[in-house]
Amino acid sequence: MHPAFSVVFLTTLIGVGQGLFLALYTGQLYSVVKVLPVQDSANFYGLGSLIAVAFLAAGLFSSFFHLGHPERAWRSAARWRTSWLSREVIALPAFMGMTAIYGLIHYLGWNPVLFTFRDTFEVDLSLLVGAVNTALAFTLFLCTGMIYACIKFLQEWATPLTVVNYTLLGSASGFMLATAFASHQGSELTGFYGGWAIILTLAALLTRISSLVRNARIKHHSTLQTAIGVRHARIEQKAQGFMSGSFNTREFFHAASPAVFRAIKWFFLVTVFPAPVLLLSLGLTANVLFLYVLAFAVQYAGLIAERWFFFAQSNHPQNLYYQTVG
Amino acid sequence: MSQLALVIDLNVCVGCHACVTSCKEWNTSGTAGYMADMNPFSKDPTGTFFNRVQTFEVGEFPNAETVHFPKSCLHCEDPPCVPVCPTGASYKREQDGIVLVDYDKCIGCKYCSWACPYGVRELDEHQKVMKKCTLCVDRIYDESLPENERKPACVMACPTSARLFGDVNDPDSEAAIAIRERGGYQLMPEWGTRPANHYLPRRKTRITIHDDELVRVDNPLKKERQLPMPDSDEPTLDDITSW
Repeated sequence: MHPAFSVVFLTTLIGVGQGLFLALYTGQLYSVVKVLPVQDSANFYGLGSLIAVAFLAAGLFSSFFHLGHPERAWRSAARWRTSWLSREVIALPAFMGMTAIYGLIHYLGWNPVLFTFRDTFEVDLSLLVGAVNTALAFTLFLCTGMIYACIKFLQEWATPLTVVNYTLLGSASGFMLATAFASHQGSELTGFYGGWAIILTLAALLTRISSLVRNARIKHHSTLQTAIGVRHARIEQKAQGFMSGSFNTREFFHAASPAVFRAIKWFFLVTVFPAPVLLLSLGLTANVLFLYVLAFAVQYAGLIAERWFFFAQSNHPQNLYYQTVG
Repeated sequence: MSQLALVIDLNVCVGCHACVTSCKEWNTSGTAGYMADMNPFSKDPTGTFFNRVQTFEVGEFPNAETVHFPKSCLHCEDPPCVPVCPTGASYKREQDGIVLVDYDKCIGCKYCSWACPYGVRELDEHQKVMKKCTLCVDRIYDESLPENERKPACVMACPTSARLFGDVNDPDSEAAIAIRERGGYQLMPEWGTRPANHYLPRRKTRITIHDDELVRVDNPLKKERQLPMPDSDEPTLDDITSW
């Protein structure tokens, strides 16, 4: 497939936004059960949510560049019964809105205690809103991943690993950003977020390597024989019906040389996984904000390459019909 | 329920591209609207086409043959491009099974083209919506046309009658009979899309001749033995001439 940068940015940016919210809410949840210290509502959760919303909005903005008619985008919420894309179109603004509400509750202090559990744990409004929004965050990961995983003949994508990778990579980058954010705010949660960022990154390394191994050994069901319905061991295309390009030759081929293709794979394998983990570990020992920011920036740059590779690696069966110009 | 479709006979297709140009001509001036033609007279011309003819070589010289292969939307009975559409612009008609795009609803997200294994949907670079073969829906029901012209433009254009058009669910239609009796098959059956369009395979007309059909072995009167055989370049009239 031809990687569209609008979609590359959409999926990576909203992944960061979702991960950052999950990090913020995890911190709040731990503080409610008194495992971690309580953070300042306005400066920590309020500002943190604002950053998450900014990432989500940037992703949403980027997605419009993918559309031929962005002014009709509202129509795309119609077919949520059958289309994962439609479900994502509903889940993304819903998650964005709930994140904004979660942030506002904290920022404006509209956070009444709803009930007290066992006389020690105070459940306030933001905790409830956050719980709903956590479900929305995972729903959004599911929708985004399933858009690709549900197309069964794009065999590189048609695996549960696609959803798992989107979830883990998004969460890892979000926790990475949360570490830098917590450090900037002088919060005690820096180490907590840093530790989870490392765990999530290593978990994502495992699942991403699994999908790379799976895709390297994939056996494609469609062949030139089934494509034109002639059973012969040797079939060769002599003409595709036109000389210069068409939608078929532009949309489904990544056009990068094998050397560039391999280089991008190794670039993301280094910049998404070991490099930020190393930078974060260094940062956690010395507690330097710059290293946290650098770790996030390096991982995000790697994620752009990772997403590019995710698209480019997928072989569409229609490519069988476009092997020779003429 | 009827299902209109094309049946394409690869045995007689000569690869002339008449169906390609006829399709473009009809549809660029039909309800599908202008079909994009970018740089038509300069370097790298490109544009929207609903139908293409491709050429494949099967086998290796000298045992090779050329297969011309027209490819357009197959109007699948279980079209994977329809349920993925987020707006409902892509739909399959109940009454005749034609898969169509509502150009006023399409947002041009290209997701349906990803979900079609055959690569028969194109984003029109001019109108920025998804376009595909309509089976000339604006022609086949047009009562102002003579009845024998109510067929898709590609079918009308084909000089070798390689394209048959009809309801493949009606067992008595020309298309259904051709599929049934001449080995009609579907493309990429492995994905369960159940394409309505079928292809008829290449066929060889062979006749097996055994030696005893050329040289007479059962000759009860043994006539040839008694007399010298005629020279091989002389005419023979086996049962009539007496030696």
